[in-house]
Amino acid sequence: MSAAPPALAHPRAFVPNWPVRLAWIVLALYLAYALSHLELTPARFLAGLEFGRNFLAKLFPPDFARWELLLKGLKESLEMAVLASALGIALSLPVSLLAARNLMPGWVTWPARMLMVVCRSFHPVIVAIVFVKAVGFGALAGILALTVASVGFLGKLFTEAIEEISLKQVEAVRATGAPFMSVIAYGVLPQVFARFIGFASYELDANLRNSTMVGIVGAGGIGGTLFAAFQRFDYDFVCAIIVSIIALIIAGEILTNSVKRVFRA
Amino acid sequence: MTVPASRAAPHPVAASISAPGAAALAIRNLIKEYVRGQPVLKGISLTIAPNGITAIIGPSGTGKSTLIRCINRLVEPTSGEIVFEGRSLTLLSRRSLRVVRRLIGMVFQEYNLVERLTVIENVLSGRLGYVSPFKAWLRRFPPDDVTEAFSLLEAVGLADYAQQRADSLSGGQRQRVGIARALMQRPKLLLADEPTSSLDPKTSVEVMTLMQELTFERGIPTIVNIHNVDLARRFASRMVGLSGGAVVFDGPPEALSEDHLKQIYGGEDWLH
Repeated sequence: MSAAPPALAHPRAFVPNWPVRLAWIVLALYLAYALSHLELTPARFLAGLEFGRNFLAKLFPPDFARWELLLKGLKESLEMAVLASALGIALSLPVSLLAARNLMPGWVTWPARMLMVVCRSFHPVIVAIVFVKAVGFGALAGILALTVASVGFLGKLFTEAIEEISLKQVEAVRATGAPFMSVIAYGVLPQVFARFIGFASYELDANLRNSTMVGIVGAGGIGGTLFAAFQRFDYDFVCAIIVSIIALIIAGEILTNSVKRVFRA
Repeated sequence: MTVPASRAAPHPVAASISAPGAAALAIRNLIKEYVRGQPVLKGISLTIAPNGITAIIGPSGTGKSTLIRCINRLVEPTSGEIVFEGRSLTLLSRRSLRVVRRLIGMVFQEYNLVERLTVIENVLSGRLGYVSPFKAWLRRFPPDDVTEAFSLLEAVGLADYAQQRADSLSGGQRQRVGIARALMQRPKLLLADEPTSSLDPKTSVEVMTLMQELTFERGIPTIVNIHNVDLARRFASRMVGLSGGAVVFDGPPEALSEDHLKQIYGGEDWLH
């Protein structure tokens, strides 16, 4: 009698999920394969550490002797980021309203969504290369590239925010006989405004970072200076640029936080 | 306290029979199917007199909300006719529909205020049908409208709350704002979809009293969907019992018997 397992008094609370277990096993196997395939041996890692030590030694101390060049690049990056964000927000608003499936019929949302997907398909640096070829070197190409990226991301985030609103509030405004644009202004925008501000400040932050990048392909900003310094092995100037970029991003963070605080009514 | 309109006025059904042209609203053979072949409303015909409160009672899911939303076409009727202000609502183009909607105020179960707008903005949104979108966006309402909005807030007892955001109000306060917004339209008909279902019993009575007084003063006929039979009896001058998508009772509150209630809601255990 005692050899027989005791009968369960209740059904099992945690049923094993074999498909999920299998997925974890497959993932672990792939990680092991990738690691061996790329020959990431401890010896390779130690060699890398040696390179890193030399590089760090050349970086410090940072050299701010050419601060005028540095400041000019930073100013240009900041201006590009702010302009591209403003343009991106202005374009994203109508596009996201058109793309919201709870407000618009399918034949309107489909092209608007396609536009946003295309804008989001490529990294800003790739878009910047295209614009450098199209409109020539300089800040204009950078602004256009960042604007395209902004429309792609802000459009998507705005659209999702609009699709999550309470339609009851919209219904009440519609019931007053309000024309469509008034329904948008009174029923839709008040519900999403706070989130729009949050998304827009996030995009400004992203544009600040990206505006220091697109210069590498000649689209203006501090990135061009950074790339040139790298190519000349001018590592202490590289360090100065990197420190300045970090300062710029922190300043941007403080700026966007205060923008959010102003609008948090 | 004024004498409630419903007690003093003659019974609206009788009034509409004696003066057939005076009906505020006529619904003829209204059918609504959300799924083809499964009508929610199975041929409703009702005539609403130009004054008094008509209460529509009936079990959940019997189409009370659908019926009321078919009137201002927030829900599109499948067939049938609705005549209001001499126009057939079911045939209107979208543009003319807007013009007619301006004349029909609506109060909702969950208040449906725009939460992030202030109380006064919510009340003034009742005028959106008359103000251009650009001026509405800039909050440039005609001075008369602003004056009226404040006096309506006074009337519903929320004069001090004008600049507060709607989401800071209690349920009863929100519904008062909802009533003020509907009356701000200067409507010729008021629809109320379960206006008291989200409120406690005391607040429910207060809200119904307010609605009754304000619509009586202004001579606005009112249709109220309501769960609470006792509340309906107390405030309505006419009761319409809906069951299975059809009208099974239509008459004054005094005429509504227990047998009628059994017929409307089914069963009888719940009555005692």
